[in-house]
Formats: sequence, C-alpha cells, structure tokens
Amino acid sequence: MATPGAGHEASHPSPAKYAAIAVILSVITAVEVWVVYVEALAGVLLPILAVLSITKFALVGMFYMHLKFDSRLFSAMFVGGIVLTVGIIIALMGLFQVFVD
Amino acid sequence: MAAAEAHSAHPQTTTGLDHRKLLMWAFLGSDCLFFGSLIATYLLYRGKGLVGPHPADVFNIPFTSVSAFVLLMSSLTMVLALAAIQRGDQRGLKIWLLATALLGSVFLGGQYFEFTVFIHEGLTLQSNLFGSTFFTLTGFHGLHVTVGVIILMSFYVMALRNRVTPEQHLNIELAGLYWHFVDIVWIVIFTVVYLVEAPNIV
Repeated sequence: MATPGAGHEASHPSPAKYAAIAVILSVITAVEVWVVYVEALAGVLLPILAVLSITKFALVGMFYMHLKFDSRLFSAMFVGGIVLTVGIIIALMGLFQVFVD
Repeated sequence: MAAAEAHSAHPQTTTGLDHRKLLMWAFLGSDCLFFGSLIATYLLYRGKGLVGPHPADVFNIPFTSVSAFVLLMSSLTMVLALAAIQRGDQRGLKIWLLATALLGSVFLGGQYFEFTVFIHEGLTLQSNLFGSTFFTLTGFHGLHVTVGVIILMSFYVMALRNRVTPEQHLNIELAGLYWHFVDIVWIVIFTVVYLVEAPNIV
C-alpha cells in the first residue's frame, strides 16, 4: 500500500497567481452584471451568462480547490457529482414538460 | 523533512491518497446533488406563481452583485490562508483565516438584510411558489456559509493558541475545499436565480 500524500501531484500556485485569478474572477463578475443591462445582447443573454458562470466555476475548482494539481480521483468524484446533478435537473425539467411549448 | 514526518504519521492507504480528503470530495460531490435538487425545484416553479411579489419586484441586482463579489474574494483569502500555513507562516494564517471569516460574515449580513427587505415587501416562505423555492435554496446556502464561518473561526482560535502546525495543513485545506464549494454554489445561484431576472427589472 502507498503512503498518502493527501493527493498532491504538483506544487500549488503562488499567492501572486491566486491573486491574478481573483482579478480574472472579478472582471468576469463585472462583465456578467454589465451584459444583463445591454439590450442588444438580450437574445443571447442566457448562453453568455452560462459561459461566464461555467468559466468562474472552473477557475475556482481548478486553481483554488487545486483539482488541476491534485489526484484525478478527486476530480472524478466531484465532476461525477456535477454530471449526476445536471442529469437530474434535465430529467426533472423533462418530467415537468418544461421543454414542451 | 517535516512533510516526510507528517506523511509517516498517516496510516498507509490503498490509493495513496489521504482518506479524509477523499471523504471531503465525496461529500462535496453529494452536496452537488442536494443543491442541484433545490435549483431544479426553483427552475421548475419559475414564473408559475399566480400572486406576487415576483422576482422582478424585489431583486436588487447591484446589491447582490456586491455580495457575490465579497464571497468570491473570500475564496482568495481562504486559499492564501492555506498557502500561509503550508510555508509555516502562522501570522499569515491568522490574518487570512480571520479575513475569510469576516468576508463570510459580511455576505451573511447582506443575506439577512436582503431577506428582511423581501419579507417587508410581502415575500415570505409561504406567500407564493417563488418565495418557497427562493428562501429554501438561498437559505440552505446561507446555512452552509454559516457552518463555514464557524469552522473558520474555530481554526482561527486554534491558530491563536498555536495549535495549527504546518504539518496539519490538510485540516486547513479541507476547510478550504468546503469554503470554495460554498463559493461555487453561489456562482451558480447568482446566475440562475438573480442575473437571468435582471432584464425584467425596470
């Protein structure tokens, strides 16, 4: 059996990199709030918000939760939960006929 | 050297991974399902309410955006606390743990203020479908944040007594994982619940 090292496969980012990611997250949040008030983007608002939200989610998961650097088993457990969650949401919405006009 | 000693203190595992961290990730994966069910319920009943107040009547997007920013910045301070203990910086650990707990408390204060305003405007848990699903979803998220603040303050008190050593950095990392999870859940709620309603607010 192996000796556990908490799952670290590579060194974590430096505090400066953490701060840089926080700046990116802040900018994305500002863009999110800005786009909802732009009437010209009303038709494509949902895809834009989805992309921005998923980007923030991924940045926090990869760098702050260290999934990019840790064992892939941790990623599998978390992403597995997310996939199940999205599946349940879609199934429930289908059951309630949300996708039917 | 210290890290090697710390590792030797752990029981050997079949995966080579610390089982506490594995358990935390299993918990977070299952908590996704919990929040997913609440978000699904909110989406299913969105726009189905026959009586007000409706989201557009009560939401204050600029205020909630500031709250979202505060929680986002608490993720930065949390990861800086972990970086501090990993390099043996006790002072940094105390500062960043306290900063994270304070930012979390500011977020909770904002949520309390928001709930109070909503209730004053006639939106309660029982008033309509929106009230029931909104308060259940955001209330459970607030409960998670509250638990996180209690955990952080517990570690802060331990750090004040010099009872958090660099060899125990995994404890701080586990608390951090929970805290970041609370943050990413809010990233989803902020978009799905608040921002999509913004164009309807005059």
